[in-house]
Amino acid sequence: MESLIGLLVGAPLLGAAVLLCGGRRLDRTGHWLGTLLAAASFVVGLLLFADMLGKDTEQRAMHQHLFSWIPVADFQADVGFQLDQLSMTFVLLISGVGTLIHVYSIGYMEHDERRRRFFGYLNLFLAAMLLLVLADNYLLLYVGWEGVGLASYLLIGFWQHKPSAATAAKKAFLVNRVGDVGLSIAIMLMFTTFGTFAFEPVLESTGETSEGKLTAIGLMLLLAACGKSAQVPLQSWLGDAMEGPTPVSALIHAATMVTAGVYLITRSGEIFNAAPDAQLVVVTVGAVTLLFGAIVGCAKDDIKKALAGSTMSQIGYMMLAAGLGPIGYAFAIMHLVTHGFFKAGLFLGAGSVMHGMNDEVDMRKYGGLRKHMPVTFVTFGLGYLAIIGFPGLSGFFSKDQIIEAAFAKGGTQGWILGTCALLGAAITAYYMTRVMLLTFFGEKRWDPAETHPHESPRTMTIPMIVLAFGSVFAGGYFKLNENFVHWLEPVTEFEHGHPPMSAATVTAATVVALLIGVTGAWFQYGRRPVPVVAPRGSLLTRAARRDLLQDDLNHVVLVKGGEHLTRGLVYLDHKLVDGVVNGTAASFGGLSGRVRRVQNGFVRSYAVSMFGGAAVLVAATLLMRAV
Amino acid sequence: MNPVNYLYLAALLFTIGAAGVLVRRNAIIVFMCVELMLNASNLALVTFSRLHGNLDGQIMAFFTMVVAAAEVVVGLAIIVTFFRSRHSASVDDASLMKL
Repeated sequence: MESLIGLLVGAPLLGAAVLLCGGRRLDRTGHWLGTLLAAASFVVGLLLFADMLGKDTEQRAMHQHLFSWIPVADFQADVGFQLDQLSMTFVLLISGVGTLIHVYSIGYMEHDERRRRFFGYLNLFLAAMLLLVLADNYLLLYVGWEGVGLASYLLIGFWQHKPSAATAAKKAFLVNRVGDVGLSIAIMLMFTTFGTFAFEPVLESTGETSEGKLTAIGLMLLLAACGKSAQVPLQSWLGDAMEGPTPVSALIHAATMVTAGVYLITRSGEIFNAAPDAQLVVVTVGAVTLLFGAIVGCAKDDIKKALAGSTMSQIGYMMLAAGLGPIGYAFAIMHLVTHGFFKAGLFLGAGSVMHGMNDEVDMRKYGGLRKHMPVTFVTFGLGYLAIIGFPGLSGFFSKDQIIEAAFAKGGTQGWILGTCALLGAAITAYYMTRVMLLTFFGEKRWDPAETHPHESPRTMTIPMIVLAFGSVFAGGYFKLNENFVHWLEPVTEFEHGHPPMSAATVTAATVVALLIGVTGAWFQYGRRPVPVVAPRGSLLTRAARRDLLQDDLNHVVLVKGGEHLTRGLVYLDHKLVDGVVNGTAASFGGLSGRVRRVQNGFVRSYAVSMFGGAAVLVAATLLMRAV
Repeated sequence: MNPVNYLYLAALLFTIGAAGVLVRRNAIIVFMCVELMLNASNLALVTFSRLHGNLDGQIMAFFTMVVAAAEVVVGLAIIVTFFRSRHSASVDDASLMKL
């Protein structure tokens, strides 16, 4: 079975190569080929999953060494795959949701003349993302990490004729680069500390290493995770990334790629377990981001940007859980999977709405769409109930567990984190209800003469229905008999957290937070008509519309700061470096100008210098003799 | 007679020659002064030869004479050519090579 692992990556990679190199001949069939290869990857994943289930818990991890990539003395970089329970979870999520989104894209991109290229990029993304989660060492993971960054860049900027899309792609690439530097530094630190960067030797020898070094590695890994997963302070790219086609937002910027940071931290769990300071930073980043994203999500009128804020916030939950250590890893991944279902579903729903509304994204111009798009309404509605954590649906189980684990962190930290998580749950309920009410309820705020909302074709609705099933049942299934926790336990370890109050109290508090959020949103957007033009709003609303001033902050601190720095350096260069160089040259020039006068062309004066020189020599000789 | 007196004479002749080279402008005179210096050194060499009681200095003096004769041939030719083109034998007129 091990030999099949390569096929997981190979199939979409082949698809990408064929579609991107195949040229126009494949324009008619390319999208089917891409979808087929994505599905092939999923089927192989299922086969391996069935095989894995048949084995004992301890025997489940599979390894496959492909070839030695860079063998140089002590530096041994191998290409090898590792398929354990954690990777398996990701493989199924990525290839499964990926296949659904390929199917959806067939309908969504139908009228785009560059559809073949789009599918090529999607396949490239799948290959890179699968490589990321299957790699058995950090260097190969880095290859996948960069690969998904490239695919994300290409897909955000897919409609590059729009300057905003081109800029957004560049922005995403640059911000990601900051994080990637963190990952490369972490890998270098690992190599100097452990002499290797394969997962097993690194993670097994954390006990013998000083805490300071592990903290440094952990923080660098966190920086990488922040870049890829759009966590504060590297979160600014995600909102703009919504310029890409909606299937891309669903697959890359909601379900899979942005969760790579959570994967990285969970995978490097042993490092973080041994470095409590790094863990504290992780939970802080998670808690700050979950509130940050939620607040941004409340103010956005663009449906995709509201969902992007929500993604940021939900990944904040995962980060928070991953930072809690063994009491949280399993729940981070569980929330990641359920989030993959409902957020992909929500994005596909948003795409379906846009498809029927002439690509309008402003929710204030929607309203009352539930009659026109029943399937979208129901699937979006189920995703909505799942994300706000409606009891019984996926999000409820995973989020509730995270909140419980946050309280279980213990002490003041536990209370602060738990309260943040609860507050986040209330705000989540608020902004998602707002999206729901603005889009599907209320009276219509669009012009019936120009817009004819209609249900999307079946290639688009079927993936939405499948994802809605996942949104409803996945969480319950995972929670049943603690299925998911037992599944992941051999990889991530698991400890039962003990919150200071009973689990039922936490659940009750979560439900109360949910009700407060929903009611708040209903009072504001459901009870009375919504103005088409956004009101001025409070100071916080206006700040949140500008992404809580994150771009302004970046502009002032980084852009302006950078400009001042370069100006200062240019000044120093002109005055100091050039000054020294030019000064030396000028003084030599002046000196030689004076020395030049000696060469006056008169034989007599040359003769004087000769005689003078001879006299000096004679005098010196005599003097030396005398001494 | 004390041989050192010859050395005094050589020094005197050399000084006259050197002064002539430095202060006179006429190329012929400068040339003659150079010859005077050469001969002063010849005189000194011969005197040293006598003082040390070997022939090294005298042989050196012969060499100097040969070189001086060759130098006179070349030097006079240059001066004559220069005079033909410039109608002057002043060394100060030959200052074209200055910077």
